[in-house]
Amino acid sequence: MDPRLITAIIVLVGVPASVVGYVFVVEQLLRFVPDKRQASIRPWLWLLPALLFLTVFLVYPTINTIVLSFEDKFSKAFVGLNNYSYFFTSPDTLISLRNNIIWLVLLTFLAVGGGLIIAILVDRVRYESVAKSVVFVPLAISFVGASIIWRFVYDYQPPGHAQTGLLNAGVTALGFQPVTWIQDAPTNTIALIVVATWTWTGFCMVILSAALKGISTELLEAARVDGATEIQVFRKITFPLLLPTVAVVSTTMIITALKAFDIVYVMTSGNYDTNVIANQMYKELFTNSQPGRASAIAVILLLLIIPVMVINIRRFRQQEAIR
Amino acid sequence: MEERKFRWRRTAGLLAAVALVASACSSNTGSAAPSTGGEASAPATGGESPAASGGGGGTLGGTVSVIGTWTGTEQDNFMAVVAPWEQQTGAKVSYTGTRDINAVLSTGIQSGLLPDLAGLPGPGQMAEYYKAGALKTLDDTLDTATYKSETSPGLVALGTIDNKTTGIFIKADIKGLFWYNKDAYKAGDPTSFDDLLAKGKQTADSLGGDAKTFCVGLESGAATGWPGTDWIEGFVLHQAGPDVYDKWIAGTQTWSSPEIKAAFQAFGNVIDNTFGGSKNALATNFVASGDHLFGAKPGCVFVNHATFITDDFKKTGGAKDGQFDFFPFPDINTQFAGAVEGSGDLFGMFNDTPQAKSLIAYLATAPAQSIWVGKGGALSANKSVTNYPNDILKKAAADLAAAKLFRFDASDNMPQAMNDAFLKGIVDYTKDPSKLDSVLSNLDTVQKSAYGG
Repeated sequence: MDPRLITAIIVLVGVPASVVGYVFVVEQLLRFVPDKRQASIRPWLWLLPALLFLTVFLVYPTINTIVLSFEDKFSKAFVGLNNYSYFFTSPDTLISLRNNIIWLVLLTFLAVGGGLIIAILVDRVRYESVAKSVVFVPLAISFVGASIIWRFVYDYQPPGHAQTGLLNAGVTALGFQPVTWIQDAPTNTIALIVVATWTWTGFCMVILSAALKGISTELLEAARVDGATEIQVFRKITFPLLLPTVAVVSTTMIITALKAFDIVYVMTSGNYDTNVIANQMYKELFTNSQPGRASAIAVILLLLIIPVMVINIRRFRQQEAIR
Repeated sequence: MEERKFRWRRTAGLLAAVALVASACSSNTGSAAPSTGGEASAPATGGESPAASGGGGGTLGGTVSVIGTWTGTEQDNFMAVVAPWEQQTGAKVSYTGTRDINAVLSTGIQSGLLPDLAGLPGPGQMAEYYKAGALKTLDDTLDTATYKSETSPGLVALGTIDNKTTGIFIKADIKGLFWYNKDAYKAGDPTSFDDLLAKGKQTADSLGGDAKTFCVGLESGAATGWPGTDWIEGFVLHQAGPDVYDKWIAGTQTWSSPEIKAAFQAFGNVIDNTFGGSKNALATNFVASGDHLFGAKPGCVFVNHATFITDDFKKTGGAKDGQFDFFPFPDINTQFAGAVEGSGDLFGMFNDTPQAKSLIAYLATAPAQSIWVGKGGALSANKSVTNYPNDILKKAAADLAAAKLFRFDASDNMPQAMNDAFLKGIVDYTKDPSKLDSVLSNLDTVQKSAYGG
C-alpha cells in the first residue's frame, strides 16, 4: 500500500483519537482534585496541547528570529542594529518599501472597492449566486497559478508580429503599439497588483455581501419611500452600516498586501523595480545566505503588521459586543 | 456509570486500532524520510564496478532519492538514463525536479535532510557543500582510473577538490555557439568577431523589415538574465583571456576593471543590434529566443546559445533538422584563439548508501551517458560516447574534446550572491546601458561581501 495513504489514514484516525484519549485521561486525573479547583484548572489542561503546539511552532521561532536579527551572517556574533540599518540604507530595500506601500494602498482600495460594488450590484439580481461564484473562483487558485495565467496574458512580441499575449492582442487590435507590461516600471507594479486584485476581490465581495444582507430592509424601504435616490440610500444608510465590515476586510487586505511574495517572485523575480519586502527576505536568506538580514526584514514586517492586527481584533471584539 | 464504561471502551478501542495500524505499517514501508537503504537483501559489495556491468551481485532493492533541476523533457531523459540501472538492481530512483535547487540544497545542508544524490549548481557550490562536510567523495565508489581516462581532463578537474573526486558530469555542453538558419545566412564561418558583426549586418539588411543581427532572450523567471551572463563570459574569455577569467571567478578581478567593462560594452553593442531591441530581449523567454531565426520573415541572423537550444528550435521555432548549423565563438584576441567555454550538469553524493553509490558509479559510465546523448541535445563528458544522433552534436562533441583552452561557465562558479547580482546587473544594464558605471560599482560592492566566506 502506498506509504502516503497509510500516513493519511494514521493522521485522520490518530489525531482525533489521541485528542479524545488525552481529554479522557485529563478528566480521570481531575477527579483527584477538589471540586472547587476543578473548574479553574480544567480549561488550562484542555488547552495544553494547543498551547504547546503554538509555543513550539509560533512563539519559539518568533523569538529566535528576533534574536537572529541582531546577529551576523553566521549567527554567531552580536552585531546590534547593523542588519536594520542595512535595510533602511540599501537602495534596493527602499524600493521594496515603496512598492509595498503602493501595494497596500492600491490592493486594498481596488479589492475592497471592487468587492463592495459587485456585492451591491448583484444583491437584488436573480442570478446572484452564479455571479458571486464566478467572482469567487479565482480565490481557489494558488497565487503561483494565478501568476502563471497572467504571465501569458501579459506576454509581448515586437510590433509588427503576431501578439501572443491576450492584453497586447487587444491593445494592437485597437491600433496601439504592444506594451511590455511586466518590464516597464511603474506599469508593472500595477500589472502585478491587478493579478492580486483578481484573486482577492471575491473574498471581499463574499464578506461584504453577507454584511449587506444583514441590513434591515425596512430601513432601506423607509428611505426610498421618503424620496431618497439609490445613491443617497447608499451614501447615507448602506455604507455607514457597512463600515465596520469594510474596516475588517480592509485590514485583511492590508495584511495580504504586506505579505505579497508569490506574484512578484514568479512574474518578475523582483526585477524592474517591482521588488517587495517578502521577496527581499527570501533573497537574503536563500540566495545571499544572510540569515541576520533576512530576520531583520521579518521583524520589520512583524512590526508593520502589529498595528493592523490590533485594529482588526478591536473591531472584531466590538462586533462581538454588539451581538 | 454504565455511560462512562461505554465511553471508556470506545476510546480505548479507537486508540488500540490506531496502534495496531501504525505498527503493522511501519514494518514494511519506508516512511517519508529520504533514502531507505534498510531493505537491501543482497547489497552490492563496496568497491565493485558499477552495477551496469554484468556479473554484479544479486538484486539491490531499496530506493535512491535524487534531486535535480531537470523538468519536463529533460526529466524524461534522465529517467530513461536510470531505467537500465533500475532493472539491473531492482532499486527505484525517486526523482524530484526543481528549478530552485540552490534553496533546496542550502536548506538541506542546514537541516541535515538531504537527498542521496543531487545535481550541484556548479563547481563553486560543490566546493561549498564539500567544505560544509555534506558532500561525500567518490574515489572509492567510481572506477577512478577508467573515469579519469575516459573523461575530458577539463571536466575531471572541475569535479575534483583537494585531489579527491567529488562530482561527476552527467552531461556537458559548450556555450557561446552561434546558431544560424542555413537558408538565411550563407556567408560562411566568420574569422573573427568583427567579421561576424559585419557579415551579420549584411545578412540582416538583406533580410529587410525589422531584421537585426542577433536574437537575444533574457527572460527566465527567477534566473532572468542568465543568457546575458554567457555573452559576457564569452567576451571576457576571448578578449581578456583565461587568467583574467579565472581571477574574475575568484573575486580578485573587480567588475569595474577595464577588461570586464569592455565585455559589458561589447554586450551593449550586441543589444543595439538585436531584434526588437532591449525591450524584446528582456521580454522574451530564452526558450523562444531562437524562434525568429526561422519563419517566412526571419527577424535575426544569429542566436548565441549552448547545444540544448536545438530542441527548442524544433519545438517552438518550427525548424527542422538540417535547417540550422553553428560555428563556435569567433576569436577576438588572437592570443586566446580556440578558447571554449563550457558547462555541464554536475552530480554529487550526499548519503553514501549502497544504492546511491551504485547509481552514481553507473551514471559515470559510457553506456549510461550514451542514453541521454542518443536522445539529442546533450553532449557527454565521456570521450567513449560516440552515438551522437546528428552531425551538429558530433561536431560540438569534437570541439569539446579538442578544446585548447577550456573554461567552465563563470557565473555557475561564483558564490550565489555574486551570481544573483550578476543576473540583476545584466537586466539593469540591458534596460538602460547608460547606467553601466553604477551597475559595475554595485557589482563590486556585492563582490566584497559575497566572497567573504
